[in-house]
Amino acid sequence: MRYITPRKAARGLGAAGPSTGTAQHWSMTVSSVALLILTPAFIFVVASALGLPHHAVFAYFSRPYPAIVTALFLIVGMLHYINGTRIMIDDYADHTERRVAILASQLFGWAVIAVVVYALARMALSPVVAPVAAVVVN
Amino acid sequence: MADIPRGNRPLSPHLTVYRLPMAAITSIMTRITGQAMLAGLLLIVWWLVAAATGPRAFATADWVVRSWIGYLVLFGSAWALWFHFLSGIRHLCYDAGLLLTRDDAQRASWVLIIGSVVLTLITAILFVF
Repeated sequence: MRYITPRKAARGLGAAGPSTGTAQHWSMTVSSVALLILTPAFIFVVASALGLPHHAVFAYFSRPYPAIVTALFLIVGMLHYINGTRIMIDDYADHTERRVAILASQLFGWAVIAVVVYALARMALSPVVAPVAAVVVN
Repeated sequence: MADIPRGNRPLSPHLTVYRLPMAAITSIMTRITGQAMLAGLLLIVWWLVAAATGPRAFATADWVVRSWIGYLVLFGSAWALWFHFLSGIRHLCYDAGLLLTRDDAQRASWVLIIGSVVLTLITAILFVF
C-alpha cells in the first residue's frame, strides 16, 4: 500500500503541466483557421481538374495556384490530422496500444505528405507534356 | 493508488442510461468524420500520383475515381469534410466563449447537419459540371 492519495499521485501530470497540451491545442487552432481558407480552395481545384484528360491534369497542376493550394491543403491537413488523432488516442487508448497508435498515425500522416509533395513537384517541375506525346505513350 | 474502501457504488459517468443530446452526437461525429474523410483524400492522392507517374497509371486511377463507387466515396468524404469544417468553426466559437448555452449548442448542431448536406450538394454540382 502506498501512502499517497490518487489525487496526489495524479497532480502535475495533466496536459497543462510538464507536457505540451497548450502548444498542441494552439497548433490545432492555427491549422483549423488555415484549413477554413484552404478547404474551399482545394474543393474548387479538385472540381476543376477532375474529368480532364491526363495531359490537361498534368498541365493544370504545373500551374502555381493549383499546385500550392493542393500542397498547403494536404500538408496542413495531415498535420491537423496527426494532432487531432492524437487527441482521440489519448482519450481511448493506454500504454503500448497508445504509443503504437500515435506512432502509426504520425508515420501515416508524414507518408501522405511525402507522396503528395513528390507528385506535385514532379508535375510542377517537369517540362510541359505535349498532348500528342501522351497519346503516343498510351 | 491508495486502497480506499469504495464499496460497490456505481462508477460515474454512466453515459449509457441517457439519450445523448444533439451536441454530444455532433461532437462524436466530428471525430468520426475526421477519420472517415481519409477515404476520399487517399483516392485523390492516388489520382495525383498517377497523374505524375504517366498516362497508363492515370487511366487506371481516373477510371476508379470517376466510377460510381469512386464518386460515392468522394461525395461521402466531401460530406465528412464539410461537417468537420463547420464543426471546426463551432470549436473556434467555443474557444471564443460563444455558443456555450444549451439552446445555442442544440441549434448549432442542426446547423452542422443541414449545412454540411447543403455544402455537399453544392460540391457535387461543382464536381459534375
